Amino acid sequence: MTSTADRLVEFDEVLTRYEPVIGLETHVELGTASKMFCGCATTFGAEPNTHTCPVCLGMPGSLPVANAAAIEATIKIGLALGCRIANWSRFARKNYFYPDIPKGFQTSQYDEPLCVAGHLDVEVDGTTHRVEIERVHLEEDTGKNLHVGGATGRIHGADHSLIDFNRAGIPLVEIVTRPVPGAGRLAPEVARAYVTELREIVQALGVSDVRMEQGSLRCDVNISLNPVGDLEWGTRTETKNVNSLRSVERAVRFEMRRQAAVLDSGGRIVQETRHFHEDTGSTSSGRSKEEATDYRYFPEPDLVPLAPDADWIEKLRAELPELPAARRTRLQQEWGISGTEMTWLANAGALGLVEQTVAAGATPGDARKWWLGDLARRANEAGTELGELAVTPAQVAELVGLVNAGTINDGLARQVLDGVLAGQGDPAQVVEAQGLAVMGESDELVAAVEAAIAGAPDVIAKVKAGKVQALGALVGAVMKTTRGKADAPTVKRMLEERVLGS
Amino acid sequence: MTGTSSDLTRVDVAGLSRLLSSGEVSAVEVTRAHLDRIAADDGRLGAYLHVEDDAALAAAAAVDQARATGAELGPLAGVPVALKDLVVTEGVPTTSGSKILEGWLPPYSATVATRLAEAGTVLLGKTNMDEFAMGSSTENSAYQVTRNPWDTDRIPGGSSGGSSAAVAGHLAPWSIGTDTGGSIRQPAAVTGLVGHKPTYGSVSRYGLIAFSSSLDQAGPMARTVLDAAVMHEVIGGHDPRDSTSIDTPLARLADAAREGAAGDLRGVRVGVVRELGGEGHTDGYEPGVLARTREAIEVLAGLGAEVTEVSCPSFDLALPAYYLIAPSEASSNLARYEGVRFGLRAGDDGSRDLDEVMALTREQGFGPEVKRRIILGTYALSSGYYDAYYGQAQKVRTLITRDFGAAFADVDVLVSPTMPTVAFPIGARVDDPIAMYAADLCTLPASLAGLPAISVPSGLSDGLPVGLQVMAPALADERCYRIAAALEAAQDATRGHRLLDELGAA
Repeated sequence: MTSTADRLVEFDEVLTRYEPVIGLETHVELGTASKMFCGCATTFGAEPNTHTCPVCLGMPGSLPVANAAAIEATIKIGLALGCRIANWSRFARKNYFYPDIPKGFQTSQYDEPLCVAGHLDVEVDGTTHRVEIERVHLEEDTGKNLHVGGATGRIHGADHSLIDFNRAGIPLVEIVTRPVPGAGRLAPEVARAYVTELREIVQALGVSDVRMEQGSLRCDVNISLNPVGDLEWGTRTETKNVNSLRSVERAVRFEMRRQAAVLDSGGRIVQETRHFHEDTGSTSSGRSKEEATDYRYFPEPDLVPLAPDADWIEKLRAELPELPAARRTRLQQEWGISGTEMTWLANAGALGLVEQTVAAGATPGDARKWWLGDLARRANEAGTELGELAVTPAQVAELVGLVNAGTINDGLARQVLDGVLAGQGDPAQVVEAQGLAVMGESDELVAAVEAAIAGAPDVIAKVKAGKVQALGALVGAVMKTTRGKADAPTVKRMLEERVLGS
Repeated sequence: MTGTSSDLTRVDVAGLSRLLSSGEVSAVEVTRAHLDRIAADDGRLGAYLHVEDDAALAAAAAVDQARATGAELGPLAGVPVALKDLVVTEGVPTTSGSKILEGWLPPYSATVATRLAEAGTVLLGKTNMDEFAMGSSTENSAYQVTRNPWDTDRIPGGSSGGSSAAVAGHLAPWSIGTDTGGSIRQPAAVTGLVGHKPTYGSVSRYGLIAFSSSLDQAGPMARTVLDAAVMHEVIGGHDPRDSTSIDTPLARLADAAREGAAGDLRGVRVGVVRELGGEGHTDGYEPGVLARTREAIEVLAGLGAEVTEVSCPSFDLALPAYYLIAPSEASSNLARYEGVRFGLRAGDDGSRDLDEVMALTREQGFGPEVKRRIILGTYALSSGYYDAYYGQAQKVRTLITRDFGAAFADVDVLVSPTMPTVAFPIGARVDDPIAMYAADLCTLPASLAGLPAISVPSGLSDGLPVGLQVMAPALADERCYRIAAALEAAQDATRGHRLLDELGAA
């Protein structure tokens, strides 16, 4: 099962002999309220088999009715990818036996998809790569199998299997690229950048939550290698269930290294499905093309053809939100930052957060500093996405405002942030509740300064002997007794006044 | 009370409606009369796979009680009905004539069943049929043979043979049948009933166990044209649960039947299809059937209709096209029967893996004709053969539709025999699928084109019923009812009684 036995060629070496061609098939679960062909709810995480009905269970006699919101969402994705929207499109039955498809076929689209011939440009290392989109089509999701017993969680070796049909019938959009040649050593990054950009677009359209960890965005990665200079592409493998951005990159890298080893040894790449293993970053063989099913596609007779009229399409086009690439260009100009900085922001998933923080009153610089600095570090430590931290852009803007007003300093601000993240309220409330404001030249501070001087005669002696920088230790002591609330320059001035009498 | 219990089973629906509405008889009396008749005769006919018994009496009692409290009831409240066993009924066994669905209790009801229940009709039971509606004699039922009340050694037609035997045998006043290639019209013809296949999309398919989705339609099987029209009005009309359901108001079908019965067909243009029993196309047609057809056409002419002969050359291709399209769709529609979620599961004893259990379930659960069609359809859809078979068949379908279009430019309706022969003996064609398929020769063209077509009795040949088929353009179902009612009224008047009255009361 595992592919530890696979011999691998070093990545850099692969590129001396081979050119990769990649292709991606991405499934996006739409966030419609109801399923594709029935009225069942689509919410994630419900008790198994509670969101089911005769239609999505494939009961005898039941019939599908297409979800108009899903069709609209698919057209929007197509438009955002520059596709041509078909004026005549049909659903088709993809026939195969598996317990998680209730009808014995999946209702999908075959030779008459809703959207065709688009493209998506992605930037990697300052170069633009155009990924051609072959088609965007609409289909239904399958149920979910849980294989109980056995070591692998796969059906082989399992004692029994459970099926949850809550997911069966949830609308699924499949976005298929044309083969992408020419990415060379950047192929893994181009694949990742494509999925990242696609996710941003779908997010901007508001048609899916595109959470890879929940399976609402899933990726199949096709890779082939051909000898450098060959016009003919090699045989491809299709790696299934690549379910994180990092895994997309790893899967491409692994397959390139594995295929190169096979080819180097005079072997032949088999056209097959491969499974990706998150733990090892490797792939293993699934079923090969030789034993693949003949899906016997034919037009779904239970559904009428889709014929979206031009007016409707134009209305949807007009309703498209600002797309991520355009937004990045605009924000880059507005914020006066470099392309590289913009890429950092985008890759960190901080773009929207910074934008909202700026909208709440912070300067772009301050907003970037906090989101890419302290907050990014915290998210990283917690192993979570930036956007999932328990702090809002408005709170970050408020924090920045308090620092700029001199109410708190950066050190205090970090303590305030601790309070905000702990759910103690907005920054001003935390400052108030914990008394975290910067101390003025209060009696308390005077007392702390004088106590520091009294407690360190040796230091004072050094200072008086001319070693002024020794005062730094006293500043530290004062900051400590005031728990960071004092303003360090003020403390330094007060010490100098008292010790040097200046 | 106007008669005995057994008399009530011989009253048509229009009559039952009058008796029930006026309070002359109770719903319980009507239902009990039919249940008694079923108990007495169904051992001989084998029309029912399941009888509701107590549930039917309870439903009838509820109607009587509602009437007693002065509730506003529809004209059909308390009228019993039988449903072909592929109409899904919540909590009532529904097998589609197959062992693979033995024991399945549906969690929902078909729109057709719901509409009949909402009209206050009382479900008597579920009628036998060829397994998954694949057949023309009901001999392909996995459960039992059904016999023709006119001659119990003969088939009742199929696939809705349980329905035709039940209604002709007075075990139900009317019944829902379904028609994919002739399965309402052909059994109606061979049992002396009226059977109408509505325009495709005009009666909801939601809850009808699918055989061939692009062809299946539910429709009425009744003893009179008027009863059939009334039932069609109850079950017809748009259903948002069926995407192929047409969203237009239903024509006034009962009115059309009454208008036809008045007997004036002046200005109506009737086309006789040459390819269906006409000159040069009589191979396989029994002389008696052709004679009754000629006479029926003469009756129509006598009522003022202008009769002409029409040629539809593509109709010759209907049989092969049908036997590619229907099995192709069936091979996919029947994939859901693999033992995972409902019905039979065979061999799940821990010694077999999933694929083996699914295969064994299908091996044991399906009968030979179903397997034959699944294999045929799977082949026709397979990669490399699709264009040559399924694709070509769809083109033929277009040609047939064009032939109809051309014909209907000149005539208002087309007529033909419903079936080339009268009911054949049980067992005569079971070993010869091609001969069996030929029983649908006349009914297939309208099925493939999605057009409405009715079968109405045209007389007897050798003591067995013959049907005349009347076909009309899409959504012109009312023309079928009008012409059929005109023939029915004229022949009943000449005969002095209804054809079915020649079947003696038991």
